[in-house]
Amino acid sequence: MAQATPDHAQLDQAQKDHGNHASYIKGFLWSALLTAVPFGLVMAGGFASPVATALVVVAFAVVQIIVHVVYFLHMTSRAEAGWTMLALMFTVVVVVVMLSGSIWVMYHLTTNMMPQMNRDMETAP
Amino acid sequence: MTPTADFWQTEPHDHPQGASTSLGFWIYLMSDCLMFAVLFATYGVLGGNLAAGPGPKDLFDLNTVALNTALLLASSITFGFAMLSAYAGHKRGTLGWLAVTLAFGLGFLGVELTEFHHMISEGATPQRSAFLSSFFALVGTHGMHVAFGSLWLVTMAVQMTTKGLTPAILRRLLCLSMFWHFLDVIWIGVFTFVYLVRMI
Repeated sequence: MAQATPDHAQLDQAQKDHGNHASYIKGFLWSALLTAVPFGLVMAGGFASPVATALVVVAFAVVQIIVHVVYFLHMTSRAEAGWTMLALMFTVVVVVVMLSGSIWVMYHLTTNMMPQMNRDMETAP
Repeated sequence: MTPTADFWQTEPHDHPQGASTSLGFWIYLMSDCLMFAVLFATYGVLGGNLAAGPGPKDLFDLNTVALNTALLLASSITFGFAMLSAYAGHKRGTLGWLAVTLAFGLGFLGVELTEFHHMISEGATPQRSAFLSSFFALVGTHGMHVAFGSLWLVTMAVQMTTKGLTPAILRRLLCLSMFWHFLDVIWIGVFTFVYLVRMI
């Protein structure tokens, strides 16, 4: 039973860090709002500019992800002495670099390379 | 016996059992996140290559996606309530909330499989175009995660019934709750980038 004490102390700490009914309901209401607005916007046809609609939808998603990470995954800079936050930041950096890099490079590959190839074909003997 | 300098610890220092589990599980989730990022990048790059096949506006129904989103979001808060019951030591309450969570999770899978079946029966199979390959890879991988999360949820419910709310069970439940909430975060990316943005 010597193991029980540190485990329970640890769980007590975990319990303090893991919210209560009020925080879950608050997170849920925010999340529901942040889901309903972009769905409503796209279903209603969106703004005149599709780019503006897309940017608003993506902005809502980013805010909603933050709400979920804070209220449901209980991310704080103090959890696990900051190591979970560090792992999250590293992941976010890698994900942003990889997503933006892939889409950027492949977009230019498609727009620049393919017409060039077609022109090569046109001027081929 | 001469006194020697203590260069290293000779006694193994104590780590409480499971002290590093939640950090380790978090690092697993982050690696899973990278895997999903690759699938999102694939969809981002290939999503426009329809090969003269059906596109997002021909295939997607936002009402279905909204229903699925609501189911998964609701399952996230009910899992939160299950965790609060577990921390308070209420075994029956925990089992009840887990059952509600499982019902929402299975509902989500049911709606998703119906959507897939509908698409495939219209000829929109993964082989049809690069858009559909990347769509099924991304959404299907998320669905597989939800399916295995549901299986894990059932095993946790069985373990809790037989062993009670021991510290080890609570630790496993905490890992499962992180997994479940993480899948909800991934779904935010799916409904935004796969569905909403392509329906504008």
